[in-house]
Amino acid sequence: MTTVEDATTLVQVPEKRIRILERPRATTGPWSWVTTVDHKKIAIMYGTLALCFFIVGGIEALFIRLQLAQPNGTILSAARYNEFFTMHGTTMVFLLGMPIAAAFGNYLMPLMIGARDVAFPRLNMLGFWVFAFGGLFLYSSFALGGAPDGGWFGYAPLTSTPLAAGYLPGRGADFWCVGLIMLGIGSVATAVNFLVTILNMRAPGMTLMRMPVFVWMILVIAFLTLFAMPPVTAALIMVFMDRNFHTNFFNAAAGGDPLMYQNLFWIFGHPEVYILILPGMGIVSEILPVFSRKPLFGYSIVVFSGIAIGFLGWGVWAHHMFASGLGPVAVSAFGLSTMLIAIPTGVKIFNWLATVWGGAVRLRTPMLFALGFIAQFTIGGLSGVMHSIVPSDTQQTDTYFVVAHFHYVLFGGLVFAVFGGFYYWWPKFFGRMLNEKMGKLNFWLMVIGFNLTFFPMHFLGFEGQPRRTYTYPSGMGWDTLNLLATIGAFIIATSVLVFIVNVIYTARRGERASSDPWDARTLEWSTSSPPPEYNFAVVPVVTSLDDFWHRKYTEDDEGHLVKLPAGGADEAETLPVSFDPHSIHMPSPSYWPLIFAMCLPILGYGFVFKNWWLLGAGVVVGFFGLQGWAIEPSAEPEHSGTEAH
Amino acid sequence: MSQAVVTAGPSEVDALPVGPHAHDTNTGVSNPKLAIWLFISSEALFFGAFISTYFLYRGRDAQYLKGPTPDKLLNIPFTSVTSFVLLMSSLTMVLALAAIQRGDHRRFRIWLLATALFGATFIGGQVFEFTEFYREGLHLSTNMFGTTFFVLTGLHGAHVTMGIIWLLLLWSRSMQGRLPTEKSEAVEIAGLYWHFVDVVWIFIFTAVYLIPTH
Amino acid sequence: MLDRTHRLRRAGTTAAVAIAAVTLASCGDSTGPNNKQNALRPAGKYARQILNLTEPFFWIAVVIGLAVVSATFYVALRFREKPGEERAPKQVHGNTALEISWTVIPAVILAVMAVPTVATIFSLAKKPTGHVVNVTVTARQWWWQFHYDDPGNGVETANELHIPVGVPVSLTLQGPPACSPTPCYANGVIHSFWVPALNGKKDVVPGRKQFLKLEADKPGTYLGQCAEYCGLSHANMRMRVIAESQADYDAWVKSQQVATRSEAALERGVDAQQWGCATCHSFKPGTAGAVAPNLSHLADRTAFAGDIYLVNFDNLWRWVYDAPSRKPMGNLEQHMPNFSAAGMTQAEAQKIACFLLTNTATNPSPPPECAGK
Repeated sequence: MTTVEDATTLVQVPEKRIRILERPRATTGPWSWVTTVDHKKIAIMYGTLALCFFIVGGIEALFIRLQLAQPNGTILSAARYNEFFTMHGTTMVFLLGMPIAAAFGNYLMPLMIGARDVAFPRLNMLGFWVFAFGGLFLYSSFALGGAPDGGWFGYAPLTSTPLAAGYLPGRGADFWCVGLIMLGIGSVATAVNFLVTILNMRAPGMTLMRMPVFVWMILVIAFLTLFAMPPVTAALIMVFMDRNFHTNFFNAAAGGDPLMYQNLFWIFGHPEVYILILPGMGIVSEILPVFSRKPLFGYSIVVFSGIAIGFLGWGVWAHHMFASGLGPVAVSAFGLSTMLIAIPTGVKIFNWLATVWGGAVRLRTPMLFALGFIAQFTIGGLSGVMHSIVPSDTQQTDTYFVVAHFHYVLFGGLVFAVFGGFYYWWPKFFGRMLNEKMGKLNFWLMVIGFNLTFFPMHFLGFEGQPRRTYTYPSGMGWDTLNLLATIGAFIIATSVLVFIVNVIYTARRGERASSDPWDARTLEWSTSSPPPEYNFAVVPVVTSLDDFWHRKYTEDDEGHLVKLPAGGADEAETLPVSFDPHSIHMPSPSYWPLIFAMCLPILGYGFVFKNWWLLGAGVVVGFFGLQGWAIEPSAEPEHSGTEAH
Repeated sequence: MSQAVVTAGPSEVDALPVGPHAHDTNTGVSNPKLAIWLFISSEALFFGAFISTYFLYRGRDAQYLKGPTPDKLLNIPFTSVTSFVLLMSSLTMVLALAAIQRGDHRRFRIWLLATALFGATFIGGQVFEFTEFYREGLHLSTNMFGTTFFVLTGLHGAHVTMGIIWLLLLWSRSMQGRLPTEKSEAVEIAGLYWHFVDVVWIFIFTAVYLIPTH
Repeated sequence: MLDRTHRLRRAGTTAAVAIAAVTLASCGDSTGPNNKQNALRPAGKYARQILNLTEPFFWIAVVIGLAVVSATFYVALRFREKPGEERAPKQVHGNTALEISWTVIPAVILAVMAVPTVATIFSLAKKPTGHVVNVTVTARQWWWQFHYDDPGNGVETANELHIPVGVPVSLTLQGPPACSPTPCYANGVIHSFWVPALNGKKDVVPGRKQFLKLEADKPGTYLGQCAEYCGLSHANMRMRVIAESQADYDAWVKSQQVATRSEAALERGVDAQQWGCATCHSFKPGTAGAVAPNLSHLADRTAFAGDIYLVNFDNLWRWVYDAPSRKPMGNLEQHMPNFSAAGMTQAEAQKIACFLLTNTATNPSPPPECAGK
């Protein structure tokens, strides 16, 4: 037993340090990205991969639309169609929606609260790699026995009956369960990270009610994620056990209840859709004030509405189950709670409109997307209210009407907000402005394509076309609208292509951006574009909401804007001469989260294929990675200082 | 052996990832401690889902599949003893934390090992119980009781096992002299997890063993 | 060169025209195509009750939607800063009165909507009394089994439901019966029974019995489909409801209770054991097949195989010959086999088709292709 007894022994201690792997040293090049713990780089990786999955999911949608462009289509077989619609939904929710929130949240939240990084940089890195491996794991199923084909919410008993019973043709459901559990681990890790960062690491003076709305939305969704993931993880474990170990969770012959799955899933699933949309609402809440040169109307109300939506979202889950036979009392209760949640949502919309009212509006691309969000999300919200009318819902649910509804809120809402966010924050992320002309083309093509695709679906639903059907007969009168929807889908694809061209063009010849090209309000614009690794040379001291704006402007007696003579200059210009960037010590890059993350797909394949060797290998790799991580200091001695975390 | 107070040097000495000290944070709680509380709250819902499922499905076996039922299989005296052992392990965990906080590393290691040992005894009891039930015809697929019981208690047992491994790793680190009092928060965090897993067992024990099925 | 105001106004007008065009294209004669599966063309009192609830709220939603979308256009254009202009707008932070109004007014509108909603929920949940037709619907992979429960009835059929006009029909929706030994998975998956012209949908959940009522107020054929994804042939799990006068309905019931020639013909060896039709199907009126539809009156029906193929010679023999090529079935434990792979010839399949057309009809009139078969 050794105890360290006096100071002289300390000199020997560095030799006792176990070094299993040398610390990564790259600061540029691809390897520096792979091992980075910098929240900004991690964010860019999240965003890039999410965009790739958006395109893959979009291609799946294009195939779906090609198949449905005509009755009795033959582009896709039934089996392939079912895989495509399942993977389209799964991809858009879990491989686009959640990671893009992690992307924007990761980049912006620390900057907006005046922090240098998140609370646990290596855990942050883990979150990204779990996402990457989880997504690849899911997609590998196409080549390994069939992709998931039980729908993106995978109802039991369809997914929970064993492979031999043949209700679904392949082992896609196994990949789906294991893959989603894997992704859930990453989401919970990131949620914990974001929560601790926001709660614990705000700059001096940054009280909760001085935080930007975007940060509030990240806070709310982090709580939602933390509490929504467990029930769905439980449900997925139950499905996997039913499939592979013949348990009886959803086996009616033994007394199991298929509706138990639906309850567990939707207790997750409804908060999940708020996890998806709230960051979009946060983005819009940042863009509108900047491009109206006015503060957000009703800041505290908007914040409280977001919190209210977060709370109320737990009480509406069974509105996804109105047709499943819950009985009139239960469906009435959930119908009423669903109507209730429309109120804070509407309040936000009115506050956004009031923000623009009376402003000095600049219709640049970010603003166009934000305005598109308001209009389209409202339409989606209204069809949602129609769904809350339970008897109407029994005609609308499981038809193209509900498909229209959720695409209006998730595409017309979230995706538009995300593109607005891209155009708005691209200068901050990459130091260049995305081209404005292409941006406008991107926007208009997307608006036209999106509405052409999804507006007709409201009518198709009422006219009797159910969802998730790989074909429909001729003579139903659905042909024209389906064809229009397909054309719209290709217009959307074109608009995304324009975006990609814009990205490439900008990388080569884009106009360079100053630290504050939009004359914005929040702290991320007070540092350079892109920010240095340490974010701020001097941690800001915050004295109000929109602190950065108030350094630039004040108000006259009537409340009109007055520019301050010397505010808001680029931080680099106002640094003390003696400032030494090396005096700020940031966490060092690491291999361990990547190594630990690798254990997950190994274990995943072990579970799917019931292979003990793989399971064993996964445990070993995971243990090795976790141990190395635990032993490694978060920052190297030469980097460590007072601020090493 | 005398007890030396370890003065922590720069972070060369040890490398447990410790966030900013509690007094640096907005809430006054250190980053790692806040993180473990959040994680525990998430896990609480995870077990809550399985415990609710157990409750909603109890008593269904009479009209569906036959097979052994709780009243025939559960050995409450036996499980009460193993539950008591697990509860005692929380006590030893508290004692271990107190020891390291006052710099008594030898006692700390003893109490930590005791905690791990009690935990392992509990797991041993679980394993014995599972094999007994299996012998008497209760498998995962036999009926609803088999399904819900084994999955719920099995997941709990897995969590206890991971806790035991965590404690043993802490013990080994202390043995190597790399767990000074300044880093005792790492023990506190492991303790929080351990107590959580204990509290979950109290709920499971009550739900499964103590509340009678009509 | 048009200035921005004009260009934007033109763009807005173009968009509005496009949206209107799409809306009108889908409105047709304002209620959509008469495809017998259209919730906007109710043919019974329950579907009408639902539409009477949906319609006003749809229009309220349209008004609110147009208001918000117009407001969005308006604020964007009206307060636009011209290039080069540098306005100093008033920095308004909020307005309590507005906040209260736009919280309370939507709440009131929703409260008003809630009342008829809950009333309709309970009304639709009420079981009909008096003269009622009771049918048990069993959702199978991928077809609908119907059994008429009323004493004196007992008809057993598939995919085609006959009902009398003006009489409520009380449906009990269930999955296939529990099976043993354990473990057993023939209890099936969740489906959803949906005939839009007659009522909203109700899921069929294994292990539960659910209630749904239908009533038609005029004779006609109303189409329906499974509306909960249930695997490969979810899209091929259709059905039809034929509403007819009480007299016609009674006549139909009687005709379905009378044995056709099929059962006797089978005993004479037509089936020749090698194909085992009676192992899965039943040819006796009122008796369910072990796992497949009752075929005693197949030729009386309009369509088969989940109501996706009309009953005729061509469709029937191709189905018997190689059903999986006609309807995706994958490796479902029990499904209509591919008999061609088991050695059946086209001629044999045609013979069986003719058998069905000749022997499973109340008043058979076999098609010309069957002369001499």
